[in-house]
Amino acid sequence: MEYEVVVGLETHAELATVTKLFCGCSTKFGIEPNTQVCPVCLGMPGVLPVMNKKAFDYALKAAIALNCKIDEFTNFDRKSYYYPDLPKNYQISQNYYNLGADGYMDIHVNGLVSRIRIHNVHLEEEAGKLIHPEEVGADYSLVDFNRAGVPLLEIVSYPDMRNVDEVESYMQTLKKILLYTEVSDCKMQEGSLRFEASISLRKKGSEKLGNRVEIKNLNSMKSVLRALEYETKRQTDSLGRGETIDRETRLWDEVNEKSARMRSKEEAQDYRYFPEPDLLPVLVDRKWIAEIKETIPELPLAKKQRFMEVFKLSDYDTSLLVEEKVLADLFEDCIKILDRPKVFCNWIANDLLREVNEKKLDIHQLPVRPKQLAALVEMIEKGTISSTIAKEVFSEMILTGNDPQVIVEEKKLTQINDEGFIGAVIAKIISSNPSAIEDYKKGKKNALVFLVGQVMKETKGKANPKMVNELLQKKID
Amino acid sequence: MKIKKKDIEYVANLSRIELSEIEKETFVHQLNDILSYIEKLNRLNTETVKPMSCAIDVTNIFREDIVEPSISLEDTQLNAPAIKGVFFKVPKVIE
Repeated sequence: MEYEVVVGLETHAELATVTKLFCGCSTKFGIEPNTQVCPVCLGMPGVLPVMNKKAFDYALKAAIALNCKIDEFTNFDRKSYYYPDLPKNYQISQNYYNLGADGYMDIHVNGLVSRIRIHNVHLEEEAGKLIHPEEVGADYSLVDFNRAGVPLLEIVSYPDMRNVDEVESYMQTLKKILLYTEVSDCKMQEGSLRFEASISLRKKGSEKLGNRVEIKNLNSMKSVLRALEYETKRQTDSLGRGETIDRETRLWDEVNEKSARMRSKEEAQDYRYFPEPDLLPVLVDRKWIAEIKETIPELPLAKKQRFMEVFKLSDYDTSLLVEEKVLADLFEDCIKILDRPKVFCNWIANDLLREVNEKKLDIHQLPVRPKQLAALVEMIEKGTISSTIAKEVFSEMILTGNDPQVIVEEKKLTQINDEGFIGAVIAKIISSNPSAIEDYKKGKKNALVFLVGQVMKETKGKANPKMVNELLQKKID
Repeated sequence: MKIKKKDIEYVANLSRIELSEIEKETFVHQLNDILSYIEKLNRLNTETVKPMSCAIDVTNIFREDIVEPSISLEDTQLNAPAIKGVFFKVPKVIE
């Protein structure tokens, strides 16, 4: 029997505000536990939440960027459950009137565009963090409430994904949109962006959905994909043996790469949602939506298509450029100074990214300015420096932010175009490498490459390579 | 709607409350009384009335995203039944 995989994702993203959703406590990460708390986020009796305007704006921005319908009326609800990381025993969330609904996001998979529908986008408060002591036999857990009350955006997709490639593209595209709109820093290692997957299998061609299994504890995109592969196999095997799939929640075990039953959905949680009486409704008018729309930049997929069309760049190159908004911006700013799309694309997509990876640089803190990169390209075109030297200059520019002209001047890297000087070096190399000359005359063309290399080495890479090649050939032919 | 004993047990479990058999009986009666009183509202035609989620006619109250001082760790832990260092200490969470 052939089965079709059906996947939906729930995404949680911490919003990039400096204070919590309902109080003025800082949201800074990595601070001493329980020092960024107050009576409001600790859930003390009698306190009242007041909504953070920026958090609401960010949530609205994300909902609009995900093509959601925004109802004029939105409200918050209490979701009741008992867990030690939840100080009030309820979470302020949205259930009856979500901020955004019925949206969609287009994703690229193997050159094709798929549209994944978004069920809803809503705003809620983050829970605290539980720490499980490592000591053997410890009969307690520890709680840090610094995270409690941080604004959290939840994005719920429809079960529209049919394979892991689509799931991967969905996660990457969504992350890029959240980064482009600057509503979240999306740092997965800090828990700012988290995914939960629901997966079911159905007979190919069937419309009816199978029982859905939710997978939690997915710490990275990689674990989402591994868990889905594991779960697809587990369910396929199970169905193959004639068993049925229970509707349940499973926990992904990162170390052993297995999922295990967490709780049966039979005893499904009853959250007893009801309107939060401590908060007032929010009315979102057309003017407000229009203002937020103004702040949404061109999104990655649209940018990629434009780069391909306008600058005639490849699918691969453009996907590297739009990976980070700062790179796409740098590229466009360079083009404005000097119209060499392919050249700048290569510098950014190859050299810059290589340097960033090798030296573990923060892409958002690079000191190099568009003007400087354009100046470097001009210096190569004018023959002031060779392209080999340019790479050396570039790797210094990216660290120090110094002008290429200054680096070339200081390190005396200007290209040598003096025929007399190069000729003298060539004469020296010829006389000290008689065997290479022999080889060349016997027809070994490689010997010429070797000799050019020797001349370049002698001049510390500064001789004009084209000139060296021509002069050398003239001399020994 | 008629509240039965199993409904009382269900909500008591959700709220982590232990009830004696006598208490369960008492609550079955009391909750049914309350619900039948409220049921009087069903006599009204509410077809054109929008659900109300707030008793006052005020909307869009916000604060700006500006950091305010948090409270001291000492004050934070003042009412805690159990602490360990900077943390709150709770019974082991299994899952």
